[in-house]
Amino acid sequence: MGRISSLLSLGTLDGPGIRYVVFMQGCPLRCACCHNPETHDINGGQEYTADEIVEKVVKYKEYFGEDGGITLSGGEPLLQAEFATEIFKKAKENGINTCLDTSGCILNESVKELLKYTDYCMLDIKYSTDELYQKYVGCGIDTPLEFLRYLHQNKIPTRIRQVIVPTINDTKADTDALYELIKDFEIDKVELLPFKKICQTKYDSMGIEFPFGSIPSANAKSTKILQDNINSKLKEKIL
Amino acid sequence: MKHDNWNGFKNGVWQDEINVRDFIQQNYTEYKGDDSFLAEATPRTKDLMKKLNALFMVERQFGGVLDIDTATVSSLTSFEPGYLDKENEIIVGLQTNRPLKRGINPFGGIRMARQACNAYGYKLSEKIENEFQYRTTHNEGVFRSYTNEMRLARRSHVITGLPDAYGRGRIIGDYRRVALYGINRLIEEKQKDKEKLGEGNFSDEEIRLAEELFKQISFLGYMKDMAEMYGYDISGPAKDTREAVQWTYFAYLAAIKEQNGAAMSMGRVSTFFDIYIERDIKNGTLTEEGAQEIIDDFVMKLRMARHLRTPEYNELFGGDPMWITEAVGGMGEDGRTLVTKSSFRILNTLYTLGSSPEPNLTVLWSNALPRGFKKFCTKVSIDTDSIQYENDDLMRPIYGDDYAIACCVSAMRVGKQMQFFGARCNLPKLLLIALNGGYDTTSDIHIGPQKSVIDGDVLDYDKVMERVDEYLAWLAKLYVNTMNIIHRTHDKYAYEKSQMALHDTKVERLMAFGVAGLSVITDSLSAIKYANVKPIKDSRGYIIDFETVGEFPTFGNDDDRVDSIAQEIAHKTIVELRKTPTYRDAIHTLSVLTITSNVMYGKNTGATPDGRKAGDAFAPGANPMHNREKNGALASLNSVAKISYDDCRDGISNTFSITPETLGKEKGEQINNLVAILDGYFAKNAHHINVNVLNRETLIEAYNDPEAYPNLTIRVSGYAVNFHKLSKEQQKEVISRTFHEVM
Repeated sequence: MGRISSLLSLGTLDGPGIRYVVFMQGCPLRCACCHNPETHDINGGQEYTADEIVEKVVKYKEYFGEDGGITLSGGEPLLQAEFATEIFKKAKENGINTCLDTSGCILNESVKELLKYTDYCMLDIKYSTDELYQKYVGCGIDTPLEFLRYLHQNKIPTRIRQVIVPTINDTKADTDALYELIKDFEIDKVELLPFKKICQTKYDSMGIEFPFGSIPSANAKSTKILQDNINSKLKEKIL
Repeated sequence: MKHDNWNGFKNGVWQDEINVRDFIQQNYTEYKGDDSFLAEATPRTKDLMKKLNALFMVERQFGGVLDIDTATVSSLTSFEPGYLDKENEIIVGLQTNRPLKRGINPFGGIRMARQACNAYGYKLSEKIENEFQYRTTHNEGVFRSYTNEMRLARRSHVITGLPDAYGRGRIIGDYRRVALYGINRLIEEKQKDKEKLGEGNFSDEEIRLAEELFKQISFLGYMKDMAEMYGYDISGPAKDTREAVQWTYFAYLAAIKEQNGAAMSMGRVSTFFDIYIERDIKNGTLTEEGAQEIIDDFVMKLRMARHLRTPEYNELFGGDPMWITEAVGGMGEDGRTLVTKSSFRILNTLYTLGSSPEPNLTVLWSNALPRGFKKFCTKVSIDTDSIQYENDDLMRPIYGDDYAIACCVSAMRVGKQMQFFGARCNLPKLLLIALNGGYDTTSDIHIGPQKSVIDGDVLDYDKVMERVDEYLAWLAKLYVNTMNIIHRTHDKYAYEKSQMALHDTKVERLMAFGVAGLSVITDSLSAIKYANVKPIKDSRGYIIDFETVGEFPTFGNDDDRVDSIAQEIAHKTIVELRKTPTYRDAIHTLSVLTITSNVMYGKNTGATPDGRKAGDAFAPGANPMHNREKNGALASLNSVAKISYDDCRDGISNTFSITPETLGKEKGEQINNLVAILDGYFAKNAHHINVNVLNRETLIEAYNDPEAYPNLTIRVSGYAVNFHKLSKEQQKEVISRTFHEVM
C-alpha cells in the first residue's frame, strides 16, 4: 500500500516514449521551483496497492511501443521505495519498461533494491553547487551525486535534468559547471527545462507562497542555447 | 483479352473480367522506405496553385460562393469545358465552365436549389423552374410517402439530417475502371449483364435493375462525350500515368456533375496510379518530379470541387465539405503492404500545395504498416492537421483489401458495395421523450408511445432503462421505415447513374443508421445509476431539468462502470434496427458520427441528467463530453475504443486534439510518440481517429482574425475543414473541446 497524488495516462516528457505516469505523494525536499506542491505532504493523496496501479498501467501496454512504459514521479518516489519496488517488480512481470523520476536525495538499502528493477532513471541535478542546493532545495549536493555514481556503476541508463531559472542558474558558466559534475558518468542525455510559472495557480489555491513567484519564466530560446552548449560538450566527450 | 496499352503489366483474371483488385495485386510495387525520395512542387505547380489560392480568396470574400450558373442543370455534358489555366494544366475538367462556379442540381429537390440560390443573392432561372414543374424530384417523392409520424420525427429533431431534400451521396464509383478498361469495355459488360437478366424471372427487383442498367449504359456513353469535349477519347484503356489519372478523374467528374450527394468520395486510387507511374519511370518516360506533378494537378482539381448548399445544410455539415475521401495505405490480404511510393506522393500534396481539408486523406492504419510510412503520416499530421486514421486491421477481415471509405468512416468494398446513407437519431432527446412519456418539450410535439411522465422524486435506473428500451424499439422501427422511403424514392427519381455504372451489377447494399449524443446519454444514465437525479417539472408536470447530486463516473476515463453503458446503448440500437427489414435487403449498419451537427443537435435538446444545460452542444461523434476526461489522453482513447465495431459497422468517429508540447519535446519525439499512440489505440480495436496537433490559442486567434489564417485546417469529425469556413457557433464549439495538455 502506498500514497499516490495523481495518475496520468499519457506522459511524453516523463521518460522515453509514451509513459503512464504515477505521481507519488510526499517529498522530503522543498525546492523553490517545484511545480507540484500538492505532492509535498506525505499524508496527502490517495491510497493504492501496487496491484491496483499495475492493473491500470497494463491497460495502456499497447501504447508503449519499444520505448514507453511506466514512470514513477512525484513527489519523491524514493520516500516510498518499498512500495515503488513492488510496483516496478509487478510491472516488469508484465513486460512493462520502468522509469524512475527522482531527485536522488536518498540512497539507502531499499532505494538500492528499487534500482534493481529500474530500467531508466531521470535524475534531477537541480543546481551545480552545494550552496545553491542548500539554499533552494533543502539538502546537500552530495547524495544526488552519489546517486548518479551508483546509477553509473549499475549501468542504469540515465537522463540528467535541470530546470533553468533566470538569475539563479541561467548562465553558460552554470551549465559548464553541470557538465563538469556529470562528465565522468555514462549519460543517455541531458535535458535543460525552462522554468515555467503555470503552477502559480496551484500555490494560490493551496494558499501557500510560490518561493520563485517573483522570478520571471525562462525564455525557451535562451534555454535552448544552453542546451545546445551542453549537447556539443557531451558529443565531444564521446568523440 | 489483351490490349496494347496493357503492355508491361502482368496478366491475370483482371483481363477477362472487371476486376481492378486483381490488377493491383498482380502489378503493384510495395514501398517500405521513408519520404526522402519525394520531389518538391515544380514552378508550374506553384504558379497554378497561386492562381487557385487567389480564386479561393475571392470566393471567401464573396461569402463562400464565387458564382452560380442559375440557368443550367448540372449534368455530364451540360457545360462547355472549363479550365483553371488551359495551357498549363496537366489534368483537366471542371464541374462547370469556370473554376469554382457552382451548378444547379435540382434532382434531389428543387426547393433546396431555389433556397440555395436565394441565400447567395441569386435567383433560380425561370427556365429551370418551368422544366421542373413537370418533373418529380426525390424530395417531392419522399414527402408524398411520409406518414405524419415521420414528419413529426423530423420536426422534433429526434431524427435529423435525413437525405430527403438533396442527393444521398456516400456512394463510391470504382472510378479506376474507366482508366483500366476504357468505356467501351465497361458498356459491353453491362450489356451482357442486362441480357443475362432475361434468363431469370422478372419481378420488381429485376425490372428495376433492367431499367437501371439502361441508365448506367447511357451515362457511360455521356462520360465518353464529356471527355471528348475536353479533347480526350476514353473509349479504350489509358496508355500512361497521365491518361490513367485523367480517365479516373473524368469518371469522378461525371459523378459530381450528375450528383450533389452529401459525401462524394474518391475511393482508393493512389496505389492504382502507382502501377502506371512505376511502368512509366521504368520506361524512362516519367521522372519523380513529373509523377508528383501529375498527382498535384489531380489533387488541385479535387480541391476545386463544389456543390451548392443552403445555410441550413451548412449548419449540419459545416465548412462546405465534399468528403472526397481517398483511402491511403493499408495491408494486403497476402501480408504485403499496399503502401507504395504514391501513398507518400498523395500525402505529399499537403506540402507541395499546402494544407487543405480536401481531398479527405484517410490513412488505413495497420500495426504492420512499414515504419517509414507510419512516421511520414504522423509528421504530416503534426504539420498540417489534415489527415485521419482508420483501423485497417479491424476492417480488412470484413471488407477485404480493396475497400475504401465513403464520407468519414463508412467502409465499403470498392465497386462491390454501396450505401444507403441516413442521418442519425438524437439519443439524449430520445431519453427525454421517454422520461416524459412521449412528449418533446423543446419542440412541443407529442411523439412515440403516449404514457404518463416517469414517476419518482429520484430517477430509478432500472425503470429508466425499461423506458429507454421501449422508446428505442419504437424509434428504430420508425427510423428504418423512413429510410426505406427515402432510398426507394432516391432510386426512382435521382438514381446515381454514373456511379452505379462503375459498380458490379449485383451490388451489396448497406443501410447506414446513426446516433448522436452517445456520450451525453451515457453520462446521463451513469448519473441516474451512480448519483441522485431529481427531475424538475414545469407547471404541466413535464420534466424540463434535473438536479443531480453526488459523484458519477463519466465516459472518457477508461472506467468500465460507465463505458459499459455506452457499449450497451450502441448494441441495443443496432439490435433494434435490425428488427425492421430494409429496402432492397440492405444490411443494417450503425455509425457514431455527427459531422458538425453535434452543435445543432445540442441546440434542439433540453437539459440532460449529466448536467449538460439545455441547448448546449453535444460532443462530436463518439467523443467523451468536453473536459470530463480527467485521466489524460490515453484513458479517453481507451474509453472510445471499447465501443464495438461489430455493433457500429458504419464507423465510430473520435476527434482528438493535443498540444504539440504534450506530444513530445522535439519534433522527432513527437513523430514517434504519435506513431505509438496510433499503434496502441488501434491495437485496442478502435476504429477511427482525427488527429489535431495544435494549441487552443491558435484557434482563438483564428476566431478573432480569420483573415490572418486563411488556410488553417483542422479535423472536426471524420473530415477536415478550413477553420474560417465554420460558423462562429461551430468555431466556438471546436475551441471548447478538450485539448489534451499536461503542464
